[in-house]
Amino acid sequence: MRDVAIVSFAQTPSLRRERDKDEVEMLAPLLGEVIERSGIPRKEIGFTVSGSSDYLTGRPFSFVIALDAVGAWPPIEESHVEMDGAFALHEAWVRLQHGDIDVALVYAFGKSSLGSLRDVLVTQLDPYYTAPLWPDAISLAALQARALLDAGLCTEREMAQIAARNRAKARQNPFAQLRGDFDVEALLASPYLVSPLRKHDCPPISDGAAAVVLAAGDRARKAVSRPAWIRGIDHRIEPHSLGVRDLCRSPSTTLAARKAGVLGASVDVAELHAPFSHQEVILRNALDLGPNVDINPSGGALAAHPMMVAGLLRLGEAASRILDGRAKRAVAHATSGPCLQQNLVCLMEGDP
Amino acid sequence: MNERCAVIGIGQTKHTTKRDDLSLAGLVREAALRALADAELSFADIDAVVIGKAPDMFEGVMMPELYLADALGAVGKPMLRVHTAGSVGGSTAIVAANLVRAGVHERVLTVAFEKQSESDAMWALSPKYPFQPPLLAGAGGYFAPLVRAYIRRSGAPLDVGMLVAVKDRQNALKNPYAHLHLPDISLETVKASPMLWDPIRYLETCPSSDGAVAMVLASEAHAAKAPRAPAWVRGTAMRSEPTMFAGRDQVNPRAGIDCAKDLYRQAGITDPRREIDVAEIYVPFSWFEPMWMENLGFSPVNEGWKMTAEGATAMSGDLPVNPSGGVLSTNPIGASGMLRFAEAALQVRGQAGEHQIAGATVALGHAYGGGSQFFSMWIVGSEKP
Amino acid sequence: MSEPVRRIKAPVRLAFEINAGHALTGFLRAIAEGRFLGQRCVSCHKVYVPPRGVCPTCGLLLGEEVPVADTGTLTTFCTVNVPYEGQTMKLPYVYGSILLDGADIPFPHLVQGLPVPEVRMGLRLKAVWAPPAERKPTMESILWFSPTGEPDAPFASYQEHL
Repeated sequence: MRDVAIVSFAQTPSLRRERDKDEVEMLAPLLGEVIERSGIPRKEIGFTVSGSSDYLTGRPFSFVIALDAVGAWPPIEESHVEMDGAFALHEAWVRLQHGDIDVALVYAFGKSSLGSLRDVLVTQLDPYYTAPLWPDAISLAALQARALLDAGLCTEREMAQIAARNRAKARQNPFAQLRGDFDVEALLASPYLVSPLRKHDCPPISDGAAAVVLAAGDRARKAVSRPAWIRGIDHRIEPHSLGVRDLCRSPSTTLAARKAGVLGASVDVAELHAPFSHQEVILRNALDLGPNVDINPSGGALAAHPMMVAGLLRLGEAASRILDGRAKRAVAHATSGPCLQQNLVCLMEGDP
Repeated sequence: MNERCAVIGIGQTKHTTKRDDLSLAGLVREAALRALADAELSFADIDAVVIGKAPDMFEGVMMPELYLADALGAVGKPMLRVHTAGSVGGSTAIVAANLVRAGVHERVLTVAFEKQSESDAMWALSPKYPFQPPLLAGAGGYFAPLVRAYIRRSGAPLDVGMLVAVKDRQNALKNPYAHLHLPDISLETVKASPMLWDPIRYLETCPSSDGAVAMVLASEAHAAKAPRAPAWVRGTAMRSEPTMFAGRDQVNPRAGIDCAKDLYRQAGITDPRREIDVAEIYVPFSWFEPMWMENLGFSPVNEGWKMTAEGATAMSGDLPVNPSGGVLSTNPIGASGMLRFAEAALQVRGQAGEHQIAGATVALGHAYGGGSQFFSMWIVGSEKP
Repeated sequence: MSEPVRRIKAPVRLAFEINAGHALTGFLRAIAEGRFLGQRCVSCHKVYVPPRGVCPTCGLLLGEEVPVADTGTLTTFCTVNVPYEGQTMKLPYVYGSILLDGADIPFPHLVQGLPVPEVRMGLRLKAVWAPPAERKPTMESILWFSPTGEPDAPFASYQEHL
C-alpha cells in the first residue's frame, strides 16, 4: 500500500442554524482555506470526492449544487458518496493507491436544521416493516441505551459524565457548538427526553462543513512538516435489523479496528463518532482503548454534530493533533446508520 | 498499486415498469445472485460490496445501503454507496474496480438499481422549490432545449432522433431483459406519438423502469480461476464540470470530451471509431446518440447525426451503438449507467446472446448525469492488458 | 385471505426549510423591487444572474453587484406538453433560457405573449412584472417574458450560451 497522509484539515463552525449562507457559500471559502493550508496548489488535486445526503435538504441532487464551490473548471475527476464524508475519505485513499495522482480533496457538508432530523432519519429504516412504525432516531438510540444499562455495562451517571466531559473539552474548540462546564448532578436531575436518554445524552442539531486534503508519499512530506500518515483504514457493516444485532456491542467497529491495525496499537488520542453518550462506552470497549487515551479532545459529536460531516470531523480532528505535534498516534472512528450499524476506523501516525 | 481487474460475473433483472413481485431487497438480490451464479461464487467469496443508485427520493428510502446490507451478504464487510446522479451506475463500477486495482480487495460485488415504482420519479426530478416558478417537467424538460440547440448547430435533419428511437427499440427485441419490447416500432409510430417537450416526442424518450444489475469484479488471480471468459478492465475515467457557468457548452460538454480522451489514453486507443467494436452509451432521449458520437470523438463536431443516418450505429454498422436497446428501452435510473458498463462486458465475453456483436473484443461503457456534467466511462476487452 | 399482499402504502411527510443563501437573498430582494441585480466574479469577471454566491468555474465568492436590464435574448427553449405533479401552467407552455442584456449566463423562465409555434431561438424578450403590490422575493414576481418586437438577435450573439 502507498503511504497516504492527511496534510490539512479545515471546518466551519457548527451552528444550530446557518441561515445566511447556503451550502455553496459555506463550502467555497472552506475549500480555499483547506487547500491553502496544505501548501499544495489547487491544480495538483487529482481527485475530489464529497459526502452529503439529499434527504437532509429535502432536495434530490443537492450535492450537484455544491460542486459550484469547487471551481470544477477545467473539468475535474470527481465523485460523491451519499454517506458521511469519512467514507468519501476512504474512497479518496483507495483512489490514491493507484499511483497516477498524488493529491485528493475530500469534503462534506450538511444542514441538519432544515428539517426535523430525528424524523428524516426514519427514512433510513427498512421501508416495509420498520419505517412505517416511525421509530425516530432518538427513540432507537434510547432502545440501545436501555439495553446497555440493563446489561450492566453502563450507568446513567456514566452517561452524564461523558456528556459533561465532552462539552467541557469542547471549550478548547472554537468550532464546537455545545461548550461549557455542566454539573453532573444537575444533568441527572433533568427530565428524560426519551427514557433513558436525557437531552444531554443526545447530540446537538448542527449545520456545518469540513474538508481534508490527502497527499501521498513524498508529496505529503514536501507539503507539511508532520503529515498525519494513515497506517490503516477499514470499514464494516452490521445487519440492519435491530433485533438481529447485539446492541450492547459494536462488532463491526472491532473488526474494522483489527483490519486497520488499531487493536494492540497504543494511541494517544481517540476521536470517536458517538452522537449519543452511551455509544462512547460501546465504542471504547469495541476499540479496547486503554485508560490513558485522550478521548474526544475536540468535544466529539456531543459538542457538534453536523450530519454527514461528523465522521469526517473525527478524522480531521485526530489528524490535526498529529499535524501540530500534540499527538504521535491517533485513532479516528466514524459511524453511519441506526445504533452504530456501520463503522469506519482509521489509525494515524506522525513521523517519529 | 495497479492490479489488473476483470469482470467475472454479470447479472441483471428483467426490467419493467413495476416489479411488484419483489421488494427492494428482492430486486437487488435477483441481480446479485445471477452475477454470483455467473461467476460460480457465493456471497461468502465476496470481500466488499459497492452499490450505487440515483436520488433516494426515487424510492423514499434514505441511504438504502443500510437496509440492503443483509440482502447483499454485506454483513461483516465494507459497504459503500455511490451517488453521482445519472452517471452513478458507471461511477459505482469504477469505485468497485478501484478497490481491486488498489489491491485492497480481491473480489468485489457491485450493484446498481432503481425501483422507481415505489415513489414518483417525475416528482422527485422536479419538485416545487420556493423562489421560482415550477417550470421543469422532468428531465426531458431540461434536455429538450439542448436538443433544439444541437439541431440548430449541426443542421441535422429532423428525423435523426426518430431513427435512433426505432433502432434502439428494435435492438431491445433481441434482449430478453429489456423493459420495452415494441415489435410495432417504426418511424411512423414514433412520429405519430405525442410531442412531450418539443422537440422530444414520447417514443423518443426513455421509460421509467424498476431494475437492477450486478457484476463481480475480481483480481487477476481470481479471474484466472473464473469459469467463464473475463472482461478485462482496460481503462476507467470520470470527469465533472459545474452545472451552469458563463459560456458553458452543454451540448458538447468538455467534461465528456476530456473523460473520453483520458479513457482512450489509458486503454491505448488512438482511433476510437476503428478500434472500438461496440459502444453502450447513455442515450435517454434519442438525440443524445448523435450528440455523444461527437463528444466521444467518433465523429467530427456537427456530424454525429451522419453516423446515425448512414446506419453506422446499427447492429450491422461499423460501430454498433446500444445493441442492448440502451436507456431508451430500459431505464432504472440508478442502474442505467452500470447496465451500459455490464452490457459492454457481456459483449467482449461473448455472452450477449441474440444482441451479440460478432467478434467484439473491445467495448465502451458510458454514462452521464446531472446537467450533462458528470461522465463515467470504461473500456473492457477480452484480452488481458 | 386469498391474495398475497403485493404493495403497501407508507406515506412519508417531511417538512423542510429552503435557504436561499446570502447572494440569492440579495438578488430576490431586488426582484421584489422590480430590478435584476447580477454579481460579477472577481477573477473571470463574468456577470452571474441569478448569482449563486460563488463563481462555479473559479470557486470564489462573487464580488460586486451589477444591475442588469430586464430585456434579453431567448437562447433556446422547449414546449412542454406533458402534465406533471405540481404543474400550474396550462399546457402547452414554453419555457426557455433567457440571456439578459449585461449578463453572461442565461436563466430559465416562461415565454408568453405570442403563439407557441412562433417561439424561436434569438427572440428578443422583456420581463413582464407582477404589479408592484404583488411583488415578493421570488422569481414569480416576473410573470413571464414577452417579445419586445425587435428583430431577432443574430445566432452569433448568443451561440456560446447554448
